[in-house]
Amino acid sequence: MELLNAKERMLRRAAQEIEVGMIVNLGIGLPTQVTNYLPDGFAVCLHSENGIAGVGYLAANGLADRNLIDAGGAYVTPVKGAAYFDSAVSFAIVRSGRLDLTMLGAFQVSAKGDLANWMIPGFFTPGAGGAIELAQKARKVAVITTHTDKKGCPKIVQDCTLPLTAAACVSRIYTDLAVIDVAPDGLHLIEIAKGVDVDDIINKTGTRLHLPNGEIPTF
Amino acid sequence: MTLPDKTIAIRHAIAKIGDGASVMIGGFGVPGTPFCLIKELVRQGPKNLTIIKNDANETGMGVDWLLEAGQVAKLITSHIGLNGRAIKMMNEGEIKVEFSPQGILAERIRVAGAGTMGFVTDIGMGTDLARGKTEITIGGKTGLLEPALQADFALVHAAKSDSFGNLVYAATARNFNPLIAMAADFTIAEVETILPVGHIPPDAVHTPGPFVDHVVALPSLPEVYGVVKR
Repeated sequence: MELLNAKERMLRRAAQEIEVGMIVNLGIGLPTQVTNYLPDGFAVCLHSENGIAGVGYLAANGLADRNLIDAGGAYVTPVKGAAYFDSAVSFAIVRSGRLDLTMLGAFQVSAKGDLANWMIPGFFTPGAGGAIELAQKARKVAVITTHTDKKGCPKIVQDCTLPLTAAACVSRIYTDLAVIDVAPDGLHLIEIAKGVDVDDIINKTGTRLHLPNGEIPTF
Repeated sequence: MTLPDKTIAIRHAIAKIGDGASVMIGGFGVPGTPFCLIKELVRQGPKNLTIIKNDANETGMGVDWLLEAGQVAKLITSHIGLNGRAIKMMNEGEIKVEFSPQGILAERIRVAGAGTMGFVTDIGMGTDLARGKTEITIGGKTGLLEPALQADFALVHAAKSDSFGNLVYAATARNFNPLIAMAADFTIAEVETILPVGHIPPDAVHTPGPFVDHVVALPSLPEVYGVVKR
């Protein structure tokens, strides 16, 4: 029996992006929730830009350490063998290419893999935090996002209209409706959520999607 | 020989900060934010300050006290999304805000503390952030010149120190603290537990004493240092 809702299925599918042995940074919001779908004992090192390599699960209520948060401000636990370091060392890890993967949220992703996720001029101008360096320097950048925004407008577009976090950085997009790869010739639909119609996905996407030959796998 | 004693009362330490000073403040969110030093800075009231901090804390906490008191002219930061007052003051032109990507802010502070003048990076190339920055080509690669970021004062929070100012931080309360401690003309550390010299193993020191000018003991930790209830 299928008990997971669309968001949970998206997160569970995105969790498969994480391979044994990787160093991974999960962005604030949906991406950090991916850890809930990693099997117990999975061999991965989660980095948080405020200065941890070896982030574990969220701290249980009442057991939070006042000195131990992740970059999103959530109280976390360290895994056995975790390390703490200052912010310069933390971003040395990022800029020198030690991150195998980062998974980030998005306001817009373009057909070329451009990412806009830090500012909406006139409405949301909080500063970029660590997003620019993560998007520009992780070896692989995957986006986890709802397919459309709250007004139903496509978040996957031909060209981003919002200021870019980084250009041509995204290689894969996970949404509640689909898994999409970014390739030199544009975006390729590679999987669709169970029960979702391909035409519906095409209508909710602001740029052309290349479709696979034959039946499209579901997740 | 014995190492000098740098412990001092909080009011004397903060009294050195005058109008127009630039002040670096440690912390990423609550962990590592020197709330008691900030509170004393509000009490003494110097104006027209340039504050350099990763974030602007949350409304009702830390840097927000300085904003509320009208003591801040400029904020150099990476993210102020959790402080609605900071965003409002920026949008209404009451304070100037200069944003750096988080790791670039950290590195600008680090290189100042290392006594160098700046560094070259490709972070932000091809985006709006590159506007106005000098491009430099090294070995065929082009990057942006990021100048070192130095300040008059640094306000640091440490879990432990000795009376000489050898500092030890706890978990993610480390963040920007060791960097700013090195990058200011005058560094003031508030410390939860001060030990006699010799009680911190030399290998365990995070910030060596030569970077620290004043050590202020915190007799107790106010509630603001605790776990934030959401």
